[in-house]
Amino acid sequence: MSSKTHETLPAAEAKTLLNKISDDLLRPIQNHKGFTMWALFLGLALALVLWAYVIQLRDGLGVTAMRDYSAWGSYIANFVFFVAVSLVGMLISAIMGLIGVEWAKPISRIAEIVAFSAVAVAGLVIVFDMGRPDRLLNVFIHGRFQSPILWDVTVVTTYTAISLVLLILPLIPDIAIMRRRMTNLPKWQKMLYDMASFGWVGNDAQYHALHRMLKVLMILVIPVALAIHTVTSWLMASTLRPGWNSTIFGPYFVTGAFVAGTAAVIILMFFYRNNFKLKEYLTDYHFEMVSRLLVLTSLVYLYFNVNEYLVPGYKMPLHEGQHLTELFTGHWAPLFWATQIFGLILPIILLLFKPMRKPLPVTIIAVFVLVGAWFKRFIIVVPTQFHPFLPIQNVPENFTTYSPTLIEIAVLIMPFILALIIGTIVSKLIPVVSIWEVAEQKGISREVLNQE
Amino acid sequence: MRYGMAIDTKKCVGCSDCVVACQTENNVPVGYCRDWIVENTAGTYPKLELEIRSERCNHCDNSPCVRCCPTGASHIIDGGIVVVTHVDCIGCGACIQSCPYDARYSHPEGYVDKCTFCHHRVENGQNPACVSVCPTHCMYFGDLDDPNSEISKMVSTRKWKVLAPEAGTKPQIFYLV
Repeated sequence: MSSKTHETLPAAEAKTLLNKISDDLLRPIQNHKGFTMWALFLGLALALVLWAYVIQLRDGLGVTAMRDYSAWGSYIANFVFFVAVSLVGMLISAIMGLIGVEWAKPISRIAEIVAFSAVAVAGLVIVFDMGRPDRLLNVFIHGRFQSPILWDVTVVTTYTAISLVLLILPLIPDIAIMRRRMTNLPKWQKMLYDMASFGWVGNDAQYHALHRMLKVLMILVIPVALAIHTVTSWLMASTLRPGWNSTIFGPYFVTGAFVAGTAAVIILMFFYRNNFKLKEYLTDYHFEMVSRLLVLTSLVYLYFNVNEYLVPGYKMPLHEGQHLTELFTGHWAPLFWATQIFGLILPIILLLFKPMRKPLPVTIIAVFVLVGAWFKRFIIVVPTQFHPFLPIQNVPENFTTYSPTLIEIAVLIMPFILALIIGTIVSKLIPVVSIWEVAEQKGISREVLNQE
Repeated sequence: MRYGMAIDTKKCVGCSDCVVACQTENNVPVGYCRDWIVENTAGTYPKLELEIRSERCNHCDNSPCVRCCPTGASHIIDGGIVVVTHVDCIGCGACIQSCPYDARYSHPEGYVDKCTFCHHRVENGQNPACVSVCPTHCMYFGDLDDPNSEISKMVSTRKWKVLAPEAGTKPQIFYLV
């Protein structure tokens, strides 16, 4: 995508290099070692959580711990988390692609895989939270565009569609290579690749069209991605709740999303690097650069956190003050400070040291950041609901506390399993690092890439 | 026409008759309620004050629940009454979140339910169930636009307050103090 021209290698040398690159990147697709166990695990886990969801469908949301005051419990926290993680696709493949950041190219497909699998399940999470999922179509039949819920439905579907296209389009040259090189494929897979390569032969007109389409989509996805998470924050900010009544909720969520998404990409990069043996393509340098990206996004997020909590914390107005007291020193304090320290502050400090930006340490840090990111969403969504304008009184004891039930936790895990299944299927069908873009970076000419 | 309710906190004894009447009239599932009693104590001993209020949906003029409903299931009917059409409700819970009075609840059937000012009774010229059973006659229901209605007179002659005025919802339930 970048305008930079790479030094072109001589044809014979280029050919051997291309052979090596495509062998390395295509090997995991046909190498099924450990795959059966993994598929079995995913299948069993899915069956288990589906069973929990069937119970919820049969008996209603009463099987969860979500009650009058915590009507939006962990499900909505889960939804916000998945939307957040999906935003990284826009950051890495669109923004960095448009700027022409070279190191982001080999990881942009990983970012798109994360983005697509996260946003595809995010829509489902909302359905889990609905009291009457059978009436989902009412949103379209009786839809009122004045409602933030409808804005969310609109942008989530748009972003899912664009993410899918952004995943598929840069694949076309790779699929043409796969068609040529992978000869012993099952028939359905061959047909799939035949269709998905869209008659790619690699002439100038095709390259031109592909680059143009990609450019348009990359520009288009930026406002859509910003909209999806801004609107998600408005679901909360547009209500009359003291803890959500904030004007910076949009950018606060967006920046938090970049942190969570970058962490997810780092974890996936580490997995591919070791499990798919892609050490030469996802190098220490790439980890160094994404670590810096993680620090940058975390710093911006920290800035918004300070804004979000310090300004009302300084004034401590009546209702907001009660809410913040509970967060800072009260019932929610341990979780609140744990997410802030282990999910944000400590990672920033640790990543300042170079040894911490090596693949293994940064992956461990990314796990903390990602787990912290989930609980941060929980902290944003749940405690606010227990601090309404009018004090909670004269209600049954179990209305005033919230701890998810087992069935609820199972349904909570379902989107994680679904996202893993989508990710697994995708990485068994396509190379997780773009062959043609790596080839271009290494100076393999288009002629060599598309001949045979 | 603008229906409203005035509730005399000086007369209310907190017997919960209104709560039971509502549950019976509207077939509210066991364990749920559309109206409820709140008892607030203020001051320090021996100068204590107890305020008892019968609370329900405030049928706000600027109703955040109607604004955020994705399907239009929550809407305002004649007389400014906020109602939920059960068959249109998808149970997303956006209205529950946006209500500063916690007047809405998730029905076990999955939809959201709330006080309707008993509009099925009001249509026939009757008072809402809660008003008609109140043993101390502390509740007044009627048309706020009609200066001769009992409620208009109450609101214009007595001191009153509304709940959470800072939320800016323009509630239509007035607590006479």
